[in-house]
Amino acid sequence: MNAAGFPLLSLLTFLPLAGALIIMLVRGDEAVVASNARWTALWTSLIVFVLSLILWISFDKSTAAFQFEEKLDWLPDFGVGYHLGVDGISVLFVLLATALTPICILASWVSVTSRVREYMIAFLVLETMMVGMFVALDMMLFYIFFEGVLIPMFLIIGIWGGPRRVYAAYKFFLYTFLGSVLMLLAIIALWYATGTTDIPALMQFQVPVAWQPIIFLAFFASFAVKVPMWPVHTWLPDAHVEAPTAGSVILAGVLLKMGGYGFIRFSLPLLPQASADFAPFIFALSVIAVVYTSLVALAQQDMKKLIAYSSVAHMGIVTIGTFTFNQQGLEGALYQMLSHGVVAGALFLCVGVLYDREHTREIARYGGVAKILPAYALVFMLFTMASIALPGTAGFPGEFLVIVGAWAVSPWVALGAAMGMILGAAYMLYLYKRVAFGKITHEHLRGLADLSAREIVIFAPLVVLTLWMGIYPSSFTSFFSASVAALLQQHEAAMNVARLAGIN
Amino acid sequence: MFVGAVFFPLLGAIISGLFGRLIGDKAAQWTTVFFMVLAAVCGVTAFFEVGFGSAPRTEVLFTWVDVGDMQFSWALRYDTLSAMMVGMVTFISTFIHLYSVGYMSHDETPSRFFAYLSLFTFMMLMLVTADNLVQLFFGWEGVGLASYLLIGYWYERESACNAAMKAFIVNRVGDVFFMLGMALTFYVFSSVEFGAIFAAVPQHVNDRFLGLPALELIGVLFFLGACGKSAQLGLHTWLPDAMEGPTPVSALIHAATMVTAGVFLMARMSPLMEYAPVALSIVTVVGASTALFAATIGCVQNDIKRVIAYSTCSQLGYMFAAAGVGLYQASVFHLFTHAFFKALLFLGAGSVIHAMSDEQDIRKMGGIWKKIPITYAMFWIGSLALAGIPIFAGYYSKDAILEGAIAAHSGVGTYAFVCMVLAAFLTAFYSWRLIILTFHGAPRADHHTMEHVHESPAVMLIPLLVLSLGAIFTGFTFAPYFIGEHQAEFWNGAIFNLPAKHMIEAMHHAPHWVATLAKTVALSGIVLAFAIYMGAPKLPAKVAGAVPGLYRFLLNKWYFDELYNWLFVQPLRRLARGLWQTGDVRIIDGMPNGAAAITAGMGRSAMRLQTGRVASYAFAMIIGLVVFVSLFLLGR
Repeated sequence: MNAAGFPLLSLLTFLPLAGALIIMLVRGDEAVVASNARWTALWTSLIVFVLSLILWISFDKSTAAFQFEEKLDWLPDFGVGYHLGVDGISVLFVLLATALTPICILASWVSVTSRVREYMIAFLVLETMMVGMFVALDMMLFYIFFEGVLIPMFLIIGIWGGPRRVYAAYKFFLYTFLGSVLMLLAIIALWYATGTTDIPALMQFQVPVAWQPIIFLAFFASFAVKVPMWPVHTWLPDAHVEAPTAGSVILAGVLLKMGGYGFIRFSLPLLPQASADFAPFIFALSVIAVVYTSLVALAQQDMKKLIAYSSVAHMGIVTIGTFTFNQQGLEGALYQMLSHGVVAGALFLCVGVLYDREHTREIARYGGVAKILPAYALVFMLFTMASIALPGTAGFPGEFLVIVGAWAVSPWVALGAAMGMILGAAYMLYLYKRVAFGKITHEHLRGLADLSAREIVIFAPLVVLTLWMGIYPSSFTSFFSASVAALLQQHEAAMNVARLAGIN
Repeated sequence: MFVGAVFFPLLGAIISGLFGRLIGDKAAQWTTVFFMVLAAVCGVTAFFEVGFGSAPRTEVLFTWVDVGDMQFSWALRYDTLSAMMVGMVTFISTFIHLYSVGYMSHDETPSRFFAYLSLFTFMMLMLVTADNLVQLFFGWEGVGLASYLLIGYWYERESACNAAMKAFIVNRVGDVFFMLGMALTFYVFSSVEFGAIFAAVPQHVNDRFLGLPALELIGVLFFLGACGKSAQLGLHTWLPDAMEGPTPVSALIHAATMVTAGVFLMARMSPLMEYAPVALSIVTVVGASTALFAATIGCVQNDIKRVIAYSTCSQLGYMFAAAGVGLYQASVFHLFTHAFFKALLFLGAGSVIHAMSDEQDIRKMGGIWKKIPITYAMFWIGSLALAGIPIFAGYYSKDAILEGAIAAHSGVGTYAFVCMVLAAFLTAFYSWRLIILTFHGAPRADHHTMEHVHESPAVMLIPLLVLSLGAIFTGFTFAPYFIGEHQAEFWNGAIFNLPAKHMIEAMHHAPHWVATLAKTVALSGIVLAFAIYMGAPKLPAKVAGAVPGLYRFLLNKWYFDELYNWLFVQPLRRLARGLWQTGDVRIIDGMPNGAAAITAGMGRSAMRLQTGRVASYAFAMIIGLVVFVSLFLLGR
């Protein structure tokens, strides 16, 4: 039943909790505890990452079925079970989460100095929740993890964040929580109709067409906030600006993907009719997101805020691709999510490098950095180019596939998505110019040190991934091709049923 | 060999870029030069093998994207068109690398410069050897990146940074159309591979999209993409500013290679473009207009490099006009010869700038021809070729384009002919204006500069000499193959012409007065320049004073930059601020924050309600009961 021969997914999900437990048990004076916490967290996350590589190696790419499944009865009377498994759509997100966590822990190595133990515990709990969310195959379980992510993230922003951290943390929590409550209602409604919350079982169930719009909107409320889609995006810039660097990396790298994943996992297969009906609405919001937030990004004075707004624009491309209902669009959306996870995460790390040295994110406080930090300038340039989707970097295949997919639906949507190409180049190059180019006007910058060995270790895997994803995307798309094809087939079939029902 | 021609420059770029500090600047420079020489040997051999041995081939490297019914690979396609480009690019790039060793000898970070230069060459080679649209786009954007880096090479200058950004963003505007063109191509043909597209073109001639002929739409979208890269009217504004980069960059990128990518695209897509007559007419009109427009500006510019930059813009217009009338062969031939003489002119300009202690303003030059005789001679050769004087390379290709325009026997062809003849006159005029102001007359530079005027070192002169040989002989030597009697077997199907249109033949049967006219206008342009600038040096200022409006209009480049600034840049900036401050902060955030405020306010009011008076509680309960009961009754 399980390709790994042991409950791999449970291990991936709960091993970080075990690490957190160990950290909790450590006693002693503060420096010892801090160092212990750091090393334990790093090793735990590295072990989890290595274990997750089993997924990369032995995942069967030829099938759309769920793999590495684990199934236990949990609340059998209510039809709620403990059911884990991955398919092509979720497997790479698991890897993304397990890969980014050790990078985040390394990135916080010296910048977090207060309450190190609690910080590391929060990160490990966060990893559990993230992985659990992507492998859950039961709606109740999914919901628990989906909500559970909020708690450590709320703490990370609220405790280790910047000056306006409390405002940002509450905004983040309330926005996302409000959406999630509606999703809970939708889950209950589905359970009420079918008597189960098992996701594969639910996929066989045809939700009555009359119900679909309401359930769709309930899911939409939750996922749209997470993505985030315009106009419910304003929590994101605030959360990013106040979050510590590693928090931003996880937020952009993994948390934003929960919305897009939700759309593809639930909205599309469970509610085909409503998804098709609402597609134009989603396109409109997405195109607005691309153009609007790109323009807003152009006006930003704060590096993190700028990248946060660019994230909203990039996620707009994802939602366009998701609702095109064709292979190129959907795979492009998935690819864009993965690449954005790597590239936006890396860009936040780039900001973090400067922040760690100068303790400001204001663009005007920099200038001419390329002269002082040449290695850093090179890395930053690479991720800048990846962010503006230069072919050969990770950003390109996703954007290209989405535009091609969108063209088949409507050339105007494709044009809207393509506008992001120009505006994206404008705000990213403008940022790069102000930070890295120009004369050194602030003399105190001259003393800055270039990337340290630790920072090189952090960036190296991201650089490799960015180029790899750009030059040889087939090694990633091959994971989800079968699943996406099956999803589309199912969607087509469901639409045909509905069409026939309409005729009779 | 075929793979090596493309990937050696990348190897050089990586070594020089990443390990430049480790191995030292000298070693890094010569490493890139060494790899460029290897690439050039491979590239030129490949050109002769494919072009004259008639052995086209495709080297497939590995699958790039495989999504649904969309598949394409990283592959190197060597037909005559791409082999010709590979040979030309590697050859010229090698000499520019060599020249740069001398030119950049006083620079602080030459390893970075050479890495960029080699990276650029690699991207250009990927572009020309692509066997699918997406790989072409990879090279297309790659040269955009490399030129961004090279224009902004001296990044401490504000103007260089701005020029680099402008180049990238203006190019991106074109790229959006290219991207949409690819999307439409895939929509129509279900493939982005050239082989599959070209084979299927005849079946899709009558396809329509949004009520428009699909092939025409694709043609127009690709042409708009090409406009960005090749600096055609409307999207040309980045090219003159790009002169902020070091001079070898201008020679390589903004003359010989990158800007020709658009022309290459037209020739590459000829099997499709031939079925899009309206799109081709647009190409001709825009190309011819650009040729004339850029020439008018070239006549009044005072920066030695900008004059040449506008002449590049103008010559690119010729190439597009030729492609538009269906004479891709002549268009590519002009591209080929132009690469040599324009690189020569730019490198010559670099030699002058080098001699004049980095002065670029021709008003501050003059009287130096005896001090730098070789450079002076090079300038003459380059200008003679540019003006299209017989025997020199430009004569053969330009003449073919003019004859082709007449032979097209169409309205747009005639329009193009008139524009291009006028442009040819202006070209000759401003070329000799440049020569005379730069080299002749009384020295206008200060004494200190004049003392230091010296001929460039051998490492810079050798490339000049080699390119001058190209500027003299390539036209004469290659004309029979590119556009003459051997053209069919030479191109070997790499360029497609509709069987019904016998453009090559028609071109050869163009009336004799065309060639005579071309020679006459070129010579008279030269004569006029001599008469004015040698005979009556005071006259230009008087003319400018007599028509100040026209003069300022030309000097300010027809006010395109100001127009775009007013039309796009400023409004977008204001819009960006507005959307952020009003849209996000006030409206979108205003609502939740307002909601929060309301909640808090309600909390306070609720507190006030708790007065402790039983009567008011009872009153409230009754009211509530009434409301609920009535709701219940109404709802039933």
